[in-house]
Amino acid sequence: MAGLLASAGLYPVAAFAEFNKAAFEAKTLADVLKALKVTGAPTESKDVTLTAPDIAENGAVVPLAAATTLAGVKSMLLLVEKNPSALVAMFNITDSIDANVGTRAKMGQSSDVYAVAIMNDGKALFAKKEVKVTLGGCGG
Amino acid sequence: MADPMRIRAQVAGSNATVRVLMNHEMETGQRKDAAGKVIPAWHISEVSASLNGKPVMTAEWGPAVSKNPFLQFTVKGAKAGDKVSVTWKDNKGESRTDEAVVS
Repeated sequence: MAGLLASAGLYPVAAFAEFNKAAFEAKTLADVLKALKVTGAPTESKDVTLTAPDIAENGAVVPLAAATTLAGVKSMLLLVEKNPSALVAMFNITDSIDANVGTRAKMGQSSDVYAVAIMNDGKALFAKKEVKVTLGGCGG
Repeated sequence: MADPMRIRAQVAGSNATVRVLMNHEMETGQRKDAAGKVIPAWHISEVSASLNGKPVMTAEWGPAVSKNPFLQFTVKGAKAGDKVSVTWKDNKGESRTDEAVVS
């Protein structure tokens, strides 16, 4: 499908890149950005919002959302630092949607969670939050 | 065969909020079965969404997305009656597409 759409000129080819295995096997934020060929150093930004719970009672279903009000966003990433692979999901943003995406992630243990906005000019801006995972699921 | 997705698309001002619940096992590749053998990863790797046939978003997911994944995004300028379709493809090559009408 990707090839068809690209040849029909409906969509930039790069945005329909094949599943980026290297990025999804990387262990840290820096390695993920390297695998995605982002050259700029990531900087913390108030313009990026990460919505995540303070305490997740069930590590199998942690609601996460990434948003930004900035224009010129290429993609939004969600990362959980202490998972076996840091990158959870990558969303390619187009002009037709808001840079505001949400999903649910699995977390093995309490960890810092990152929302990263990769801009069209190659900059990486992030927001981070610590999410505590309660084991046993009884809310204690 | 994969079960259908549940898609709800609702107008909010000049945009539409789309919420999708997919049915998928999302096996991480980290777990072991009773015999101590690693259960191979089986997860949705690509998701794409389109409005009236025009692609609006693509996403790549790793195995860390929860079982029976939830996805929310906002489509600009969508109005009631527009068609939203969502497609996923997993790492075994299986895929599924479902459609919903914005209300």
